[in-house]
Amino acid sequence: MRLVDHRLIAMLKDHLGLSIVSITLSILGGVLTVIQAYYISRVVARVFLESAPLDNISNFLIIIAVAVFARGVVGYGRELAAKRIALRVKTDLRKRLWGHLMDVSPVRLFRERSGEMATAMTMGLDALEKYFSEYLPGLVMAAVIPLTILAALFPLDTLTGFVLLLTAPLIPLFMLLIGRMADRLTQRQYQLLGRLGAHFLDIIQGLKTLQTLGFSRDQRDVIAQRSDDYGQTTLGVLRVAFLSALTLELLTTLSTAVVAVEIGLRLLYDHLGYQTALFILILAPEYYLPLRTLSSKFHAGMQGFVAANRLFTILGMIGKPPSSPERTADVVRFDETIKFENVHFEFETDRDSVLRGITFEIRKGGVTALVGPSGSGKTTIAYLLLRFVAPVSGLIKIDDQPLSVIPVNTWREQIAWMPQTPYLFQDSVKNNIRIGQPDADMAAVIQAARRAHLHDFIQSMPDGYETLIGERGFRLSAGEAQRLALARAYLKDAPILIMDEPTANLDPDLEDKLAESLREIVVNRTALVIAHRLPTVTHADHIVLLSDGGVTQQGTHVSLMKVDGPYRQLVKAYGGES
Amino acid sequence: MRGRVILIRLLSLLRSQLGWVALTVLLGLLTVGSGVGLMFTSAWLITMAALHPSIAVLQVAIVGVRFFGLSRGVFRYLERYVSHKVTFRLLTRLKVWFYDAVEPLSPASMATHRTGDLLSRAVGDIESLESFFVRAVSPPIVALVTLIIMSLFLADFDFSIALLLVGLFLLAGVGIPGLINILSRGYAREMVSARARVQVEFVDGVGGLADLIAFNRQDLIRERMDGHMRRLHAAEWKLNRIQALHHALTILVNQFGLWSVLVLSIALVGRGQLESLYVAALALAALASFEALGPLPEAARKLNASIKAGERIFEVIGEDRQEYLPASTAEISESFSVEISNLWMRYGQADPYVLSDVNLVIPEGGRVAIVGPSGAGKTSLLNCLLRFWEFERGDIRIGGVEIQAWDRQTLRRQTGVVSQDSYTFNASMRENLLLAKPEATQNELEAALHKAQLEALMQSLPQGLDTQVGERGLQLSAGERQRLAIARAFLRNAPLLLLDEATANLDALTERAIMEALFELMEGRTTLMLTHRLVGLEAMDEILVLRAGRVVEWGTHAELVATQGVYYRLWSLQRQMLA
Repeated sequence: MRLVDHRLIAMLKDHLGLSIVSITLSILGGVLTVIQAYYISRVVARVFLESAPLDNISNFLIIIAVAVFARGVVGYGRELAAKRIALRVKTDLRKRLWGHLMDVSPVRLFRERSGEMATAMTMGLDALEKYFSEYLPGLVMAAVIPLTILAALFPLDTLTGFVLLLTAPLIPLFMLLIGRMADRLTQRQYQLLGRLGAHFLDIIQGLKTLQTLGFSRDQRDVIAQRSDDYGQTTLGVLRVAFLSALTLELLTTLSTAVVAVEIGLRLLYDHLGYQTALFILILAPEYYLPLRTLSSKFHAGMQGFVAANRLFTILGMIGKPPSSPERTADVVRFDETIKFENVHFEFETDRDSVLRGITFEIRKGGVTALVGPSGSGKTTIAYLLLRFVAPVSGLIKIDDQPLSVIPVNTWREQIAWMPQTPYLFQDSVKNNIRIGQPDADMAAVIQAARRAHLHDFIQSMPDGYETLIGERGFRLSAGEAQRLALARAYLKDAPILIMDEPTANLDPDLEDKLAESLREIVVNRTALVIAHRLPTVTHADHIVLLSDGGVTQQGTHVSLMKVDGPYRQLVKAYGGES
Repeated sequence: MRGRVILIRLLSLLRSQLGWVALTVLLGLLTVGSGVGLMFTSAWLITMAALHPSIAVLQVAIVGVRFFGLSRGVFRYLERYVSHKVTFRLLTRLKVWFYDAVEPLSPASMATHRTGDLLSRAVGDIESLESFFVRAVSPPIVALVTLIIMSLFLADFDFSIALLLVGLFLLAGVGIPGLINILSRGYAREMVSARARVQVEFVDGVGGLADLIAFNRQDLIRERMDGHMRRLHAAEWKLNRIQALHHALTILVNQFGLWSVLVLSIALVGRGQLESLYVAALALAALASFEALGPLPEAARKLNASIKAGERIFEVIGEDRQEYLPASTAEISESFSVEISNLWMRYGQADPYVLSDVNLVIPEGGRVAIVGPSGAGKTSLLNCLLRFWEFERGDIRIGGVEIQAWDRQTLRRQTGVVSQDSYTFNASMRENLLLAKPEATQNELEAALHKAQLEALMQSLPQGLDTQVGERGLQLSAGERQRLAIARAFLRNAPLLLLDEATANLDALTERAIMEALFELMEGRTTLMLTHRLVGLEAMDEILVLRAGRVVEWGTHAELVATQGVYYRLWSLQRQMLA
């Protein structure tokens, strides 16, 4: 890493005033340190050399007390300013990230692990806050305070001034050199460390499998072994990292010792006054203190830097939302068909989302079923239609209008989406249904729930429609979640329905109910169903069989069963025939 | 649990490392001591020099200054090295200790009590405890011992200076942190709760983003997030102010400490109780000793965090667990029939029965399938058979021997299990296989892969068996992971086979291929197959239909079809489209 990161410094532009306050107060702190040291040396000199009684020097003692108090106040102000800046930067960045996230294609988020994302946005931002509240101010003080002290010392004692001046730059230099060395070492062992470090969690998560295999007790020794290996390897890296601390300590304390001996000897031969010597001796540690403090903040700086890289990557990665249309249509006209014409799609290295020239039609008012093994591209077609992603080439047309000319939000108004595992927000049942129509009143919510055959179930929950669900609340089974999504869809009352069937195994009675609800909702609507249960398929008006990103067969169930093709094979496998 | 109890339990974990702990504290002391020594001898050196004595008088002081100048860095380095060594030893101990506590826990209890998440969080907590010793335990001890030694040293000059130092240490080490703690308590709680809310909104926002976007409802989460973030930032700002106050007060106490030692020693000089020679040396030495107080605020924070982490860990470990009955020493039989009679089982005294009066016989080498929707009690039956949970009434015999007489590990090693949630470890293919039979030879591994139809995949992988499968085996497809579990079962070559929804979540074509491998696996083994898919059941000796914990129908496939009951309904539903 470098001492400062220009992208992060650029963020200070909006907080110029506070930055100036912070720097000024740092300088003032340095000046007060010098004043305090000066009067202490003066007091001690008078007591020692002239045996001055307490009364004679009480003025000086008061000055020292005032200086001490002022140092406290100035330090407080400086830290407040720095923390204010840090918090504002953090808030700004969090808002920016959050706003960005909302405009992004969710498909990218599915690929990125959301846990990693959450870490970046919480711990990452905290690390960044420390960069601004601790590392940067530390850097400023490391520059400002030694300079102030040097300015006071040089006129009094040039020799000591040079000793201090020459040793100071060595500190950041050594720190950087050794820091880089440790970095390289860490990088070299990064994979090993990562694997060893994650081993324990892996074992704990797979505990049930180990127990089932009857070998769980044996893992105890493996855990100890891996953990020791981890310690040894990390310690190997740390040994080098600690070297920077050793160098730092040696430089600062040895310099102080050199200065002490040097001024002591000159004092002995009367080349220097006692008061000056004492003044120097008091200031020498103060001179090195901010540099030492900086080294302890170095880690915060490094982490902030790493976090910044991650955050900027997220910002960059998310990039712009899918390209906006050149000319826009205000009204969505959908009278006949949605057509996929030779649509190609590819998403980075993800082999499961590839489409290779898909052509088919979805007829208005009918049920179109997508069938095929996992990884054949069924979900990608749903995402394309929802405009989470755009085709790489080829066209999707609504009647004769390209989909891309319709404003995204207008288009999505026409669609109700029921994903395979509908996300349940940590909120009440009522609000979860209302996702479909935010301003719906209670009567409408209940009606939607009834039509999704969910009302009775909701009534049986502890707080009815106010019951909290999600991670910390009530848990819904896959079938219940699916019916909740159905209620959302009813509430939204959109003309187009996209549905990813659940694969979870349901009780036959529940399955019947769900199937019945689904048959009801598709009436007078256009539906695209990603079918995992072939029973659904039989009722479809049109079946599209996908495999490996291409359409291999399409037609009705009856017509497709007549041919000895992949569809018939799939149906037979499902039915249990070979 | 009370904080103090947790603290004591945490500290007791350090017991085995006592020697190293003492060494670390000693090195910490020597580091601070060197700092004090450096300032004291330096001040004494120049003060003496001002009296122009012969150089010989100064020689000792000069050597002292050089020694302390050097020793401080060396001691600091050693202290860091040793303390981290202790840290890693402690981490290993903590992990093993935690594993010892968790390993006997029933996976059934983990599943029903959602401890799975808690376990993962506890692992994070364990890892956060690694710095417990270095950051929370060692600094207060170093500070305390520094204070004692410094007071003894100062009392040698004058008792009142020693008293003054004790007062200052108490003020900076106890008084101010206490005050800060009181000031920040409410805000800290507010911040923790606001932070948790933001986290929830975030998880919701990211997890449900697709749903929100599809419904054009991005604003919903944005508004809620804004509100929570405002609350969080307000609390953070207040805490920041208190923290800045803390730092300022600490500087003030340090510097006023220097000042008051100065004033006191000047007064003592005036009264002839102290040689003026020592004024500067004592004041600077006192200031240097305050270094020991530096890490205390951090120590207090770490201590609180550690106690909270400890609380969560002990909670997981203390989770109401299934008490296992001890295995009797009865001879284990050589045959592996399964007889279940009048089995009643539930997870808690207050809970409803999940299995009611279940009867089942599988002769040695026989095949029985249990069919039913999720929630019917299939997994509970598996829990009984693997002794993950003790049943309440009835009788299970394996090979004619009561299941309670079997040692759990022995029983499980005689059983091959292929389930829908077999965990794939983040390791190589080989390591994942060897879990089933650690002593397996290369030939055995290859044979198992062949039978599980993984040979082609192996040949396509760059490093073959040594290919890493990634976190949770995500480098493999779902079907491949399932085949890996089947390969484990082949390798295990156990006489008893349990198949728990082994083809769930796979598409129909993959399912058919996996079933072929499974049928080969069943050859010559006593097999119990739990499934909701009615595939390949013609080949089973008997089929039991389980609903809501009860066996509602039983017989062969042909018999059940002829009866035209529940099984028939399910079967025809699945086949209706073949008609």
